[in-house]
Amino acid sequence: MATLTPTPARTSSTPALRRPPSKRGQKALLLVALVIGAMFAGLPVLWMLASSFKANSEIFQSPPRLVTPGFSFDAYTSILTDPVKLRFFGNSYLVAGAVTLLTLLVAVLAAYAFSRYEFRGKKIINVVIVSVQAVPPITLLIPYFGLVVALRLYNTYPGLILTYMVFTLPYAIIMMTGYFNTLPRELDEAVKVDGAGPLTALWRILVPISVPGLVSVGVYTFMIAWNEFLFALTLTRTEDMRTVPIGIQLLMGQHSYNWNEMMAMSILGCIPVLILFLFFQRYFIGGMTAGAVKV
Amino acid sequence: MFTSHVEQKQQRDPVVAPVGPGRSGPDQAAPADRPPARPGWERLKRRLTPYGFLTPTGVLMAILMLTPIVMVIWYSLLDGVITNKDSQLVGFDNYAEVLTDPVFYTAVRNTLVFTVSSVVAHFGIGLGFAMLLNTPLLSNRTKAFFRVIYVLPWLFTVAIIAVLWRLLLNPNGVVNYLLGSVGITGGQTEWLADPSTALAAVTFINIWAGYPFFMISLLAGLQGIPRDLYEAARVDGATPFQQFRNVTLPQLRPIIISMALLDFIWTTQQFALIWMTTGGGPINATEMLSTFTYKLAFSRYEFSVASASAVIVLLLSMVLAFFYVRHQKARD
Repeated sequence: MATLTPTPARTSSTPALRRPPSKRGQKALLLVALVIGAMFAGLPVLWMLASSFKANSEIFQSPPRLVTPGFSFDAYTSILTDPVKLRFFGNSYLVAGAVTLLTLLVAVLAAYAFSRYEFRGKKIINVVIVSVQAVPPITLLIPYFGLVVALRLYNTYPGLILTYMVFTLPYAIIMMTGYFNTLPRELDEAVKVDGAGPLTALWRILVPISVPGLVSVGVYTFMIAWNEFLFALTLTRTEDMRTVPIGIQLLMGQHSYNWNEMMAMSILGCIPVLILFLFFQRYFIGGMTAGAVKV
Repeated sequence: MFTSHVEQKQQRDPVVAPVGPGRSGPDQAAPADRPPARPGWERLKRRLTPYGFLTPTGVLMAILMLTPIVMVIWYSLLDGVITNKDSQLVGFDNYAEVLTDPVFYTAVRNTLVFTVSSVVAHFGIGLGFAMLLNTPLLSNRTKAFFRVIYVLPWLFTVAIIAVLWRLLLNPNGVVNYLLGSVGITGGQTEWLADPSTALAAVTFINIWAGYPFFMISLLAGLQGIPRDLYEAARVDGATPFQQFRNVTLPQLRPIIISMALLDFIWTTQQFALIWMTTGGGPINATEMLSTFTYKLAFSRYEFSVASASAVIVLLLSMVLAFFYVRHQKARD
């Protein structure tokens, strides 16, 4: 019996056997490729994380090691107990938060007009909003500098919040319009028949059911504002007004390369975006792909 | 970053809905069904409502977009603007100064090399990774795990990416150690400080930082390709390569073109990465149009010349934007 069974098994499954190994081979090749890709994407990030736990003297030790004897949270504690550095984070949260709220407010109104009305000039306004996104920040920077100084907004939060909206608003309007377009018109028309105005229809009906759309626009707006560098560099002057990206640059100049602290600050600086991404990944990808799937 | 996809939706709308400014849409048609008290007033209100909703946007865009563009063009025609109290019209002198500066042409060349290499590599890596992640051979859980890792570079702000790569590419850093230990380089290469490697180094960093944007969009595009197209190709005896060439690529074409144009526009505008890694140096080896313009304004305080340079950059961007808008319209 023991000698009989293998023989028919082998003969009968020979053609079938050819496929599973090749499929398994394909899978192995695929995994190898995926791991190589993951190393390209992930190793630099891993190195950043590892370096944030090292003592500064161990940063460039040769041969390099991921975990060193000096492993500690010192870099983090020194940042989290330094009021100047904490202020960078406070500034970033404040500015990004305000930009997000204001952008959503203005964009929802504009998107409602685009989605629910036909009006003269719609197409042109549409083209303007799309092409405004291509205007280089560097072109706007010089007049903004003049404007912000003239309006006494230089080195203030409103100066940053206002100028950031030039990046966030066009995209937010476009995306919100796309979202409203997916919602049936009957919803808000029904309220209007009952005698309510368009604002009521928007706030009572559309906004509450648009939470996923608002979240994706909000998350992305927050990211743009959190990451902005050029305007923050130029339109603020004093240390207490600096945001996280500029704070990182200041660390680079000031403390003659405290690499471990810079890496710790980088890790802390990407946490909000990472959390937003992990929590709202579905909305994120969903928002990004809203139109891509329908080619 | 995902604007491109959503845009088309919005742009598609006027085409899909058979309503133009001249014709009457559902909104205008509604009141005709039931007699309103004051038809003239109602109609006027209805016609003005969308403009009301657009007013905040209009005001902001007038302040944040129209005014600065008029201002920068005006600045570019004056001398010593911002620094001098009484600047005078000098016509196109500032443009002549920019266009006769050899560094300007270095900046144009560097920007072009940096941008074209970045866009091509973003596309290649993005498509490769997207196809790996789209495989039917692995479980969704495995794919989700790798997707998060692949997206990582995109979650870091440029300032962080710059500092990270300064650490990695340091002469005593881990990249040199690894390359030295396999004998590719002699060891302590000053990647970002050596004029012969600096441009390649910043381009590489930008490639690493930017491919996820392509990858995510292409992945979504791949998932949207109907299965039966591949079935049909297989029935016709197409090899995997032929399927890729005759099904995958044509299906992804609209996304690829939008992404490439957007990426091209944004990469030409890259400032923070260059500023924090090389500052445009060494000896202008990585000078880009953005850093060149910035230095004119905020290092040399020649705001008028900088404005002329900024207007030139704006014109170049508008040419790209024109192609982008035209492509988006053609897609609909």
